[in-house]
This record gives sequence, C-alpha cells and structure tokens, in this order.
Amino acid sequence: MELFIAIFTGTVIAATPLIFAALGELVVEKSGVLNLGIEGMMLMGAALAFWAVTAGCSMPVAIIAGALAGAAASLLFGVLALTFLTNQYAAGLALAIFGSGVSAFIGRGFGSDPIEALHGVNIPILSDLPLIGPLLFRFDPLVYLALAMFVVISWFLYRTKAGLILRTIGESPQTSHAIGHPVIRIRYMAVLFGGLMAGLAGAYLSVAYTPLWVENMTAGKGWIALALVVFATWRPLRVLLGAWLFGGMTILQLQGQALGLQVPSELLSALPYLATIVVLVLISRNRQMLALHFPASLAKPFRPAG
Amino acid sequence: MHPRLELRNISKRYPGVVANDDVSLTIQPGEIHAVLGENGAGKSTLMKIIYGAAQADSGEIYCDGKLITAHNPAMSRALGIEMVYQHFALFESVSVVENIALSASSAFDLPSLAENIRELSLRYGMPIDPHRQVHDLSVGERQRVEIVRCLLQAPKLLILDEPTSVLTPQAVVKLFDTLRQLSAEGCSIVYISHKLDEVQELCDTATVLRNGKVTGTARPKETTSLELARMMVGSKLPEMHVSPAAPSERPVLEVRNLSASARDHFGVDLKDVSFNVHGGEIVGLAGVSGNGQAELIALLSGERRHAQGGAIKISGMPAAALRPDERRKLGLAFVPEERLGRGAVPSHTLWENAVLTAHRFGTVRKGLVDRRRASAFAAGIIDRFKVKANGPGATAQSLSGGNLQKFIVGREIALAPKLLLVSQPTWGVDVGASAFIRQTIVDLSRAGTAVFVVSEELDELFEICDQLLVICQGRVSPPLVRASTDREEIGLLMTGRTTSNDQKGSGSVALQD
Ligand SMILES: Nc1ncnc2c1ncn2[C@@H]1O[C@H](COP(=O)(O)OP(=O)(O)OP(=O)(O)O)[C@@H](O)[C@H]1O
Ligand SMILES: [Mg+2]
Repeated sequence: MELFIAIFTGTVIAATPLIFAALGELVVEKSGVLNLGIEGMMLMGAALAFWAVTAGCSMPVAIIAGALAGAAASLLFGVLALTFLTNQYAAGLALAIFGSGVSAFIGRGFGSDPIEALHGVNIPILSDLPLIGPLLFRFDPLVYLALAMFVVISWFLYRTKAGLILRTIGESPQTSHAIGHPVIRIRYMAVLFGGLMAGLAGAYLSVAYTPLWVENMTAGKGWIALALVVFATWRPLRVLLGAWLFGGMTILQLQGQALGLQVPSELLSALPYLATIVVLVLISRNRQMLALHFPASLAKPFRPAG
Repeated sequence: MHPRLELRNISKRYPGVVANDDVSLTIQPGEIHAVLGENGAGKSTLMKIIYGAAQADSGEIYCDGKLITAHNPAMSRALGIEMVYQHFALFESVSVVENIALSASSAFDLPSLAENIRELSLRYGMPIDPHRQVHDLSVGERQRVEIVRCLLQAPKLLILDEPTSVLTPQAVVKLFDTLRQLSAEGCSIVYISHKLDEVQELCDTATVLRNGKVTGTARPKETTSLELARMMVGSKLPEMHVSPAAPSERPVLEVRNLSASARDHFGVDLKDVSFNVHGGEIVGLAGVSGNGQAELIALLSGERRHAQGGAIKISGMPAAALRPDERRKLGLAFVPEERLGRGAVPSHTLWENAVLTAHRFGTVRKGLVDRRRASAFAAGIIDRFKVKANGPGATAQSLSGGNLQKFIVGREIALAPKLLLVSQPTWGVDVGASAFIRQTIVDLSRAGTAVFVVSEELDELFEICDQLLVICQGRVSPPLVRASTDREEIGLLMTGRTTSNDQKGSGSVALQD
C-alpha cells in the first residue's frame, strides 16, 4: 500500500511541471504560433524562483517571480516572431539556448545547498482521511493549480468566444483579420500566457520538485512538453493524460533503479521519454482527428495585408 | 443629411498594377449601388478598402459624414458596415454557428444563436443547418452562410461582393426581397455582380470601373444590359457559336449503377446513378446545390474512390477505384468548384500551379520541373484566356477572382483532355470572359472531348449543353435532350417533383431552396 501511494503521488508530482508547460504551449500553438523555446523559459523560471527564495522572498512571491521570468522570456520570442516575422523555429530555438545560458549565469552564485521545499497542503478532515488523505489531499498547492489550469484552459478554448477566436486565428489569421479580429495582439497574449505557464513549470521544478539548483535542471522536460502537445493532437485532456503517463514512467523507472534491476540506469532513465512518445504516436495516428484539431497556420508568419 | 458613404480619390497599387486609380463615389442611406467592371477591374479591392481589410495608398473615406482614419474591419463592424467576401471569410474547422458567433455582437450563446440562424435563414430563403462543419459545405452552402451572417447583424451599410455567384435562382429572388426591405429601412447596399439582369432588377445606381478607374455611372433600371456591358468591356461582346454535336460511337465516360453513401451524415447518398458522356458532346448536371453534386464530382474526379471499379469507366477502362493521377493518365481533366485550395495553391505562383496538373505536358522531365517550359505553358494560358496577371510569376492569391477562374479553366482545357469535368465553369467570370470560356468548352467538345458540366446556372447549361441531367436527393434523372426540354421541366425535376407525378413528397427539403 505504501508503495502504491508513493508511486501514485510521485506520478502526479512528476507530471505537474509538464502539465504547466504543455498546456501553456497548447494555447500558444492553438493560436498558430510555434514557440520551441519552452526549455529556455522553464530554466529562466526555475532560476528566478530559486533566487527569490534564497533572497528571502516568500514562496508565493518566488513562484510568481518564476512565472514572470518565463513570460518576460516569451516576450522576447514574441517580438522576434510576431513583430519582426522572424522564422518561428529559429526564434524558438534561440530562446531555448538563450534561456539556458541566462539561467546558468544567474545560477552561478547559488551554491549546491537545497532550500526548504514548498509544503503540501493540510486541509482539515480531508487530509487526515485514511488512504484518501495521503493519496489526494496532501499535495502542494501547485499540483492543484495545474489541475485547475487544465479545467480553465479546456473551458476557455471550447466554451468561450475568446477561445473560439484564438482557435480560429490558429486556423487562418487572414480570415480572422478579414472579419476584424486583432490577430497580432491575441497572438502576443497567447505567447505571454505560454511563457507564464513555462515559468511556472520551471519554478515548480526548482522550489517544489527538486528544491535545489542544478544547471540545466529541466533535463529536456521542455522538449517533452512540446512533443506532448503534438502527439496529444492539440487536445487538453490528452496532454494531461500524456503528462501523467510520463510522470508514471519516471517514478516506475526510479523505483526500478532503487530495486537494483539489472538494466543499465541510462536506459532506465530514457524509458519515460521513450514510452511517452511511443504511446502518443500510437494514439495520434488517426489522420482525421489530427486534421480537425491541428492549427492549420502553425508556425506561418502573418502580417495583415495592406 | 450626410451620405452614408463617401469615397474621395481612393488609389491603391499592387506590384505591377494599379488596382484603384482615383476612385470617388457617394452612396446615400437606403441606396442600392452597383459596382460593375470586368475581371480585375478593381471592384473587390475597392470593397476591401471600404471595409478596412486593405488600406488605400491615398484618398479618404467618410461614413455618415465622419472621416475614417486608421481603418480596420473591427472599426467597420462598430460602424455598422458588413461585408460578404467574394472568397468567403469562413473557418473550415468550426461549425456554421461558431463562424457566425465570431462576428456577432450578441452574447456568446450558441444554442440560441443556432435557433436564430435556423429561423432567419429559412425566412431569407437560404436554409442552413447551423451545426454543420464548414469544411463539409459546398460553395453554394458557404455562400448562404456568409450572407446570413451579415444579415443577422442588421447593418447600416452592406457590401456584397458577388453574393449570388453560386446561389440558386430561387434563393436569389428571396435575397432580393430581403435586400429591398433592408434598403427601405435605410440600409445602404453596395452590390457587385457580373449578372447584369440582377443589377438591373435590384440596383438604383451603378459605378463602372475599368482598369481601376471610374469610367462612368449609370441608372441600371433605365439602361439596357448591352449598354452596361459596353461600359464595362469597352468593346463589343463576342457571340456564341454552338454547332450541332457529333457524339462518338462509344461513350468516354460511363457511369453504371453508382451508389455511394455520404461521407458524413449531412451529405447525400448517391442512389443508383447511371449516365454516359460521349466524345464530342456536352452533358450538363443541373440541380440545387447540396443534392449530391459534391459526392458525384468527388467520385468522378477520384478524390473519393469506389470499391466497384466498373461503376465508373473512362474510355472503357474501369476507373472508379483509381487515384486522381491515374485517372488523369486516362485523359481526365478536372476543374473543381473550390478555386482556392483545391483548384490552386493560393500562395504559389501561377507557373507552379500550372505544373500541378500539366506534368504530362513536358513541364516535368525525369522528375524535375522544367521551369522554362512551365513558365511558357503558364504564359500561354495567360495569353490565350486573357488572364489579367503580373506574368507567370504572380501568386494565385494575387489574382482577382474571375481571373483565377480563367486561369484554372484554361489550364485544364490546354491539356486537351479526352474527358473534361467542370464544376461552375464561369463562377465570378465577367460577361465577356464567360462567353469566351463557354465558347472554348464548346469548341473543345466539338474537337472530340467528352465534357461533363456541373452548374447552378440554368442559363449556362441551356446555352452549351447537348444533354441535361438533373440531380435531386442523390438520384439522377434520365438524360433530357436540350432541344426538347425547357426550364420548367428542369426546374420541376430539381425540386424532386417529376411531371409524371411519381416520386411525390420527396421534394420538401429541396423545395425550400
Ligand atoms: N494581394 C494582391 N497582390 C497583388 N495584386 C493584387 C492583389 N489583390 C488584387 N490584386 C490585383 O489588383 C487588380 C484588381 O483586383 P480585384 O480583385 O479588385 O478585381 P475584381 O474587379 O474584383 O475582379 P473579379 O471580377 O475577377 O473579382 C487585379 O489585377 C489583381 O491581380
Ligand atoms: Mg472580385
């Protein structure tokens, strides 16, 4: 039982940064913009949140600082890709490299001591329930925030007019412009939101998941988040499930290493990445569904016709 | 009182052309004003400038006496200006009601909006199902959506850029009633059409454009269509010569007992369709859009394949299971109804678009594109069909609607096919050019090609076809010889009621159109 609880809660926690980052990117891509720089934005968020904690800020402040750092980084991308119509692939890759460099620079003075991690919640009665309590009601607040973001984003995209406008801009910015929607402004907002979410994901890594600073501590999670969005065929629920799958594999793989399985540990560490991608590839083979949810203008620069 | 709209000295140039040259015009409240001109005269450009979707290089726009600065479509909507685009502004991936909600100013309440759409569209004589996805709609249905979307907004100024190009005659009658009522309530209307009889029936005043310049104004109701045409074209209209058909012995296209279920539950099942098209003759398919034409065309062109290879034969070869390119090898050429997207790749140049179907023509050798030949081929089409374009290097999307149509039809005709499938051959083409395209199709058929034409314009079908078929709810009538049938008989068949009184009652849906 103990083991089950450990695996379950471990899965949910490991999935949380991916949920933030991938849902953020989902919103960005739904508007027709491809920001490959998630890894960079996450690292900026991680570094800034960590720095804020060591500088004596409270947890909420540190987390917000991380999110804002991600947003600031995304603004850079936005200016390049949306205002100057730079190739989006190039601008995104540049951001990934830039973010990793800047975060390493910020993190030079951090030392290798861990900080006190974000606490789990303690809800009267609920958290003390046997089994259910440790299983569901003792996570840190960001885990619940990630789930709330899932609900909010799904609702926003598919139930609100603003969400509809965002999705249709992703299909055809020319048409959106023709019927009077401010394409560029909305894309900027989407990009900033994606940055905010990536920053949150990074902050989660450095102040909750592994509360210490290691250079490039995201270890490719930004890239996995990108892959998740594609293989989840741009649908929030599948992003969520994919993130949990990745989290689950990560935890199983750690347990396997702890149990001393006779498999090279490098191979085990690669397992979550491999498994997630294989499963997602398998479920995303339905061409028609893909066509229906794919933002047709993805990564194509747009300038309103004069 | 201020005029509703006043344009002063509007000019707009694109690379290689002056689309609008010092255009001024005035429209009063309640006035229905036609803008006439040949393909590429600059009508759509002017409309986009009024709506704010394009910016004039110079000139001023006044709405109700107020100068509009920093113009954009959102501002137009706030001012009560609505526009029906020639190349619809609809999103394919979402439903009709969502498309309309995107430009509705009312609260975001899809169920009640859907109810509203259903009701109003019926009242306007353009029934649409609000829950269908736009990518499943034929162009005729899309046009209805586009129009209903604007009408729902109760505009002060309505811009209609060729709103009736693929609308059925019945729907046009209802639309005109609605427009007259709007105008009586004070709404001004700018109306663009190549169908001069419509203009004469509806419009109070007209401005004629040629090469971007205003060349005259007229009162269409007091002017003959010949005069109007002359003002537009500046020369005499060509006359049609249709010599008698000399059908080949064996049919080039044979369709035998073709049945197919619809691709989605909104489509129409084809039921036991059989007909022949011989070399040297033109067979037309009449019918209200949405009665199975799209399914039939998809099956004939190869966009959709059929398990029973023999259900469709081209020159005696079973072809129903073949891919489009394999059918093209058998001598098929195809002009789809959707010009942008299926007929041409909008962002590609004309010569690249020519290569797409003309690779048999030496434009592709050993897998490599022979750019010079491709350019020459495209230039040939441009020249022969008088396409107004900035050379073979111009992108497809930079052409005016009618000119792109001329180019695509020209491309397929230039292939000298054995079998030509054309959908709406003169959609949005001006009077002079339509006559030319029709004549070219007739000449092609007289040289031995089998031609199958799908059109919503009965006049067009009657002008060029030797035999007529009527499609209604997925069933195709036996062939009628053009010379011995009339519009009334065809019209009845289109609504599902035959003159001989069988099949009663099945026409209720089609009747609403
Ligand atoms: N985006 C563009 N880029 C370059 N040239 C353009 C563009 N849009 C229009 N043009 C050119 O401007 C001219 C006028 O085009 P416009 O679409 O206004 O014609 P139109 O009168 O609406 O013709 P039609 O009856 O065929 O629709 C054409 O020569 C066209 O090639
Ligand atoms: Mg036009």
